[in-house]
Amino acid sequence: MLEQRNPQLNRNGELIHLLSIDGLPREVLIQILDTAGTFLSVNDREVKKVPLLRGKSIFNLFFENSTRTRTTFEIAAKRLSADVINLDIARSSTAKGESLLDTIANLSAMHADMFIVRHGESGAPYLVARHCAPHVHVINAGDGRHAHPTQGLLDMYTIRHFKRDFTNLTVAIVGDIVHSRVARSDIHALTTLGVAEIRGVGPKTLVPGDLREMGVRVCHDMTEGIRGADVIIMLRLQNERMSGAMLPSAGEFFKSYGLTPEKLALAQPEAIVMHPGPINRGVEIHSDVADGKQSVILPQVTFGIAVRMAVMSIIAGNSA
Amino acid sequence: MSGLALDAEALYVELAAAVRAMLRPDTSLVGILSGGGWLAERLQRDLALPGAHGVISITLHRDDFNSRGMPAESRQTRLPFEIEGRHILLIDDVLHTGRTIRAAVNELYDFGRPASVQLAVLVDRDGRELPISAAFSAARISLPREQRLSLERDAEGRLSFQIEAKSR
Repeated sequence: MLEQRNPQLNRNGELIHLLSIDGLPREVLIQILDTAGTFLSVNDREVKKVPLLRGKSIFNLFFENSTRTRTTFEIAAKRLSADVINLDIARSSTAKGESLLDTIANLSAMHADMFIVRHGESGAPYLVARHCAPHVHVINAGDGRHAHPTQGLLDMYTIRHFKRDFTNLTVAIVGDIVHSRVARSDIHALTTLGVAEIRGVGPKTLVPGDLREMGVRVCHDMTEGIRGADVIIMLRLQNERMSGAMLPSAGEFFKSYGLTPEKLALAQPEAIVMHPGPINRGVEIHSDVADGKQSVILPQVTFGIAVRMAVMSIIAGNSA
Repeated sequence: MSGLALDAEALYVELAAAVRAMLRPDTSLVGILSGGGWLAERLQRDLALPGAHGVISITLHRDDFNSRGMPAESRQTRLPFEIEGRHILLIDDVLHTGRTIRAAVNELYDFGRPASVQLAVLVDRDGRELPISAAFSAARISLPREQRLSLERDAEGRLSFQIEAKSR
């Protein structure tokens, strides 16, 4: 039988693209987290820049807008001394009808070394990885509802930073899990790193029962979902889901699933509160919690840059 | 392993004496990981120097990143003192091509501008590829290019030299 190789790994099992956390071995995740630790200390230097990717061209291809994520990739690439080219692709060539693969072929002809791809369609970064030149590396910066692996990795870095060990942890992921590529990436990473329990918390429309197949304990009751948790990951409630049958209103959602100081008191006293941002105050999270001492939302942002530096430098150093 | 006549412990005694003579009140020892880190740690203790020594990892400034990539295990530079205006004495086990020293000096400068940088090593091996030399070396030797000379430290902290064929 022909062995199907994970397209993210080369023959030696080394990471050459980052497309999804699903299917990555534990050692690769640990290598990324350890390397990110090294890069985190670069922020304390007088010169916040290292020459590892000097002379490399990194293209930010955001087919879906996200200024914040694009900026964190840009900062990470620049701290590694790469040249960064931001393409406002949503408003340029694709708008003129060029296909994704033609766009990639054109950019490859400009001698790109790495593509950071965000796309509304699940799987688009895989297509790019399959069709780009062998020396080009691809990072998925979020594709449809599928995956957002660097966010998943920075969440793991944050958890390890504050909790040290994964094995005894109960992690509650709260909110719109069904539409969330962040939740999916977190669930794969937490499973690979061996946490004790993952809970999916939210209404039936946003937290479907088939999450159980991923090893997630499904809780439609917030009290049950939060009680005794060590880590709470709040997801952003996307406004576009508010209309129609999914949810009655933002106010209703906050009443049932919003994280208030009273609900947070049910979790472990040392529990940390995470959120991928941008936060909707008063929709999924109360301001007192978002700004409270258990919130690690801003450290997440700082760690995110170090994690993206780690991913870029690791994949750039491995050849197909 | 070969019957190499390099007694690392004896060379260390010579290195310690030389380093003592080179020290000024505002000198800090900085070892290059991993062999130089062991030496700097021991010198700091044996010479009863105040404060802590520093260690430098050259991972982020290697010039062979494109062919070797990131190491699976990463070690971090730790410089627990102000670099700006300080006299830095770099310590390493073997000086060979000079590329490690080039990377270490670049790493050092990411933290500030030292007043001076000097280098003391256990062994000066021929084969320099850059204009770099040591202020002190306890021994000078010549070895074929394909061989790797490395310092090892056992559980009791005793140092010894090993020679191996280069893996690549």
